[in-house]
Amino acid sequence: MRAKAILTILAIMAVFVVCCAPLVGVEDVSLGALWGDAEPGQVNILWKLRMPRVAVGFLAGAGLAVAGLAFQAMFRNPLATPFTLGVSSGASLGAAAYIHLGLSFALLRMPGESWFAFAGALITIAVVYGLARSSRGMSNVTMLLAGVAVSFFFSSMILFLQYLSDLTRTFRMVRWVMGGLESVVGLDSVLTILPFVFAGCAVVLYFRHELNLITTGEELATARGVEVDRVKLVVFLVASIMVGAIVSVCGPIGFVGLMAPHICRLLIGPDHRVLAPATVLFGGAFLVLCDTLARTVIAPTELPVGILTALLGGPFFVWLLLTRTGQGEWE
Amino acid sequence: MTNPRAGNPILDVVEFSFGFGTKEILRDVSFTVAQGEYFSIVGPNGAGKTTLLKCLDRIYRGGSGEISVFGQPLESYRQRDLARRLSYVPQADGRVFPFTVGQFVLMGRYPHLNPFSSVGRDDMAAVGQVMERTGIAPFAERKLDTLSGGERQKVYIAAALAQGAEVLLLDEPTTFLDYRHQADVRDLLAELNRNAGVTIVAVTHDVNRAAIDSHRIVALSAGTVVFSGTPAEIMRPDVLERIYGTPFLMVDHPQGDVPIIAPQLPGEDTP
Repeated sequence: MRAKAILTILAIMAVFVVCCAPLVGVEDVSLGALWGDAEPGQVNILWKLRMPRVAVGFLAGAGLAVAGLAFQAMFRNPLATPFTLGVSSGASLGAAAYIHLGLSFALLRMPGESWFAFAGALITIAVVYGLARSSRGMSNVTMLLAGVAVSFFFSSMILFLQYLSDLTRTFRMVRWVMGGLESVVGLDSVLTILPFVFAGCAVVLYFRHELNLITTGEELATARGVEVDRVKLVVFLVASIMVGAIVSVCGPIGFVGLMAPHICRLLIGPDHRVLAPATVLFGGAFLVLCDTLARTVIAPTELPVGILTALLGGPFFVWLLLTRTGQGEWE
Repeated sequence: MTNPRAGNPILDVVEFSFGFGTKEILRDVSFTVAQGEYFSIVGPNGAGKTTLLKCLDRIYRGGSGEISVFGQPLESYRQRDLARRLSYVPQADGRVFPFTVGQFVLMGRYPHLNPFSSVGRDDMAAVGQVMERTGIAPFAERKLDTLSGGERQKVYIAAALAQGAEVLLLDEPTTFLDYRHQADVRDLLAELNRNAGVTIVAVTHDVNRAAIDSHRIVALSAGTVVFSGTPAEIMRPDVLERIYGTPFLMVDHPQGDVPIIAPQLPGEDTP
């Protein structure tokens, strides 16, 4: 009952944040712009810029948070994030390659940068999956180590590309890695990541019982009837591809995927039946909130939202490390 | 202990061998467990007892030879269906996630849950019933990581019972417990075996207890079955010495017919 109440409050807060965020900004937008009863400029800002941006923010936040939740449960590791398995490094390398090569194209209304980033993410997923598969089963240690190794390798490649590139391109690469939502214009980005985020959230919610059992230990989960390797494989693939899609559009926005699951766990407990929906709502609302701050706090200049989430996330991370005993033991 | 209820074979292991890579853990293991039996597996450290238990519940897959569960080959079961027939109780020394006792026991209902619907009334009824039966209902709201070893062991048993299986596979159910909690858990298992018709397969280090509690015992040593028989047959110094490779001193039990192992005094020779 208590969990249901918290979930309801979270849902109300999420709706509130999502409804208010488009009305806040440098440019005052009256409520009338919603139904076109305002200056054309205002209507445009609301519908072409702010609404899509809030929608992408919510989807990205929700997706990153739920991926973090799934990986933390799957690896029984509180430090797991959506980027632990190297997806963001792969995506960043893809984007860096695009920038370094000086390419400029768009395909299916998405910029070439996003395509390269998504390709990088997919290659990473394939490599990590291949490494995990070639050893026995979906071993956690192998997957984590493969992810970390691939991450470092790709990060070095990015540094190498930056070293080779001129100042402007290097700046663009650095800026890309910070992540942000300012490039979102119109509905294209929303429609691009919507199916991925929907699939990712659906899979995690579908496997809520399995994730609960896997957190108690893979052997016990197997004994209770869970096909552990199959669940882990599906969750890994769907969540990673979702993260790849999000990162391709927004860049690697950090800390949402680490923080949101932990905050929700503190609020609502470890039961994924309520924890997963709570994480979706909280992650989405949190990123929308951070992005709203990012585009208003030093207006008219914008702060990359990745900086804000990390600024808020860093101290939380330390606090988490210091107070982790209250969270019970993780292996 | 007589075995009045022994019925159909529900676990039939025939020449089963298993290993990790080239390392062989179990070799040509054969035994049968009948419905309603209290069956113990004993043997020295590293004999493969826990591995055998995990193979029976297909936590470890593979191996050669045959294992039948309720007359059907183990491979033919989906893991979910197997969980409705066999349930596994791990050693209670593991680390746990801070679920409440109620949540954890409910998670035992997994093989009966449907991914598209929420937990039903019959699931809650089953959970309530096993919590009453195991005496853990009073701490349903406590967190798992705040329980003592004995309480946690009972919660693990309750969660296994919630699966609705007729067979409990237990790994060292009392090894890490103090005397009172040992007695509690033992009474619970005996009661389940006698009154609820639960078949018990327990790995244990305590041969004295195994002899008192069990209908039948097998002993493993270095991955092979070196003894299979009744408590009266295993409780002989020569048999035990063959299993464990160390001399034993037996004394009569003041209440029973089967002798028990007495700890040797330092410096004394075995008679």
